[in-house]
Amino acid sequence: MNLLQTIEAEIISAREREAVDMRPGDTVRVHVKIVEGDKSRIQVFEGTVIRIKRGGPRTTFTVRKISGGVGVERVFPAGSPNISRIEVTARHKVRRAKLHFLRGRRGKAARLKPIREFNRRAEGKKKRSRRRGRKRNKATAES
Amino acid sequence: MANESMGLLGRKLGMTQLFEDDGTVVPVTVVEAGPCTVLQVKSDEGKDGYNALLLGFGSQKKQRVNKAATGQLKAAGRQDTPPSNRGEIRVDAARVSASSVGDTLTAADVFSAGDYVDVVGTSKGRGFAGVMKRYNFAGFIRSHGTHEFFRHGGSIGTRLTPGHVLKGKKMPGHMGAARTTVQNLKLVKVDAERNLLFLRGGVPGPNGGNVTVRKAIKKG
Repeated sequence: MNLLQTIEAEIISAREREAVDMRPGDTVRVHVKIVEGDKSRIQVFEGTVIRIKRGGPRTTFTVRKISGGVGVERVFPAGSPNISRIEVTARHKVRRAKLHFLRGRRGKAARLKPIREFNRRAEGKKKRSRRRGRKRNKATAES
Repeated sequence: MANESMGLLGRKLGMTQLFEDDGTVVPVTVVEAGPCTVLQVKSDEGKDGYNALLLGFGSQKKQRVNKAATGQLKAAGRQDTPPSNRGEIRVDAARVSASSVGDTLTAADVFSAGDYVDVVGTSKGRGFAGVMKRYNFAGFIRSHGTHEFFRHGGSIGTRLTPGHVLKGKKMPGHMGAARTTVQNLKLVKVDAERNLLFLRGGVPGPNGGNVTVRKAIKKG
């Protein structure tokens, strides 16, 4: 490891917020600090991660959502102090690292196939009871 | 009152990013500046006729240094660990009288966060470059029958008056690998332990290239 890599590793380890396991195709809720005058509040930007541009402390990710019928994308620096929290609410099966193809799609065509196992685990963490039995679940997965 | 004239030799490590408290991204170049050894003190009053410090930075093998340089290094006690980069920094008279051969200067001795600095380096070589790359010419129109002329510079002069190409006409040629100075870079952070300077913005030359960091002559 050269000195610059050491420095970058230190920048990452000095961060207050733990890195979140986030992948392209995840549905995330990004809690963003917004400063208005001398007051600050938290706003949530919820959407699909369509791109993660990796580069140690220079990593950024792009979240896309449809707001009022218009596609909105926002690029976040992964280590930004303005992000107070990132929640991964659902994971989807995707076959590529950059989901730019979603830009040309809307409505039903822009759906991604969820990874049920992950989503169930995420729900378990939230202490929600599973509504469906195992057998039934399998049946719906096939349908 | 201008800044004290002072600087250090160093090595460009590369670029990365830092964040300000409000979340603004700051692009920074990390430069390892120091420890530098004073190899010679040049004084206005002596035979040199100007005030400067000859500094040494880095290390190289002993057998790579010629005898003349070894003799000079001996005075500073660096003959067994010769510096790879030697260079002069023009300084003020006060600094000259306070310095002696063999002194070691670290980044924190000279710089502190918030300072503005100038950085001198050797820019990356671009080889024989055309006018579009070298002088930002616009090139030629892409369509309407243009043929084999896309990246040319166009006309280089007029006709009988003046009858020759004007001196200094910008034409293709060798680009880069030249001494380049960037001025007024803000020093964002100083790592005193490892002699690291975090400078806002870019610095000429490749990663690992030798640079001279000195206090900005136009600020202060």
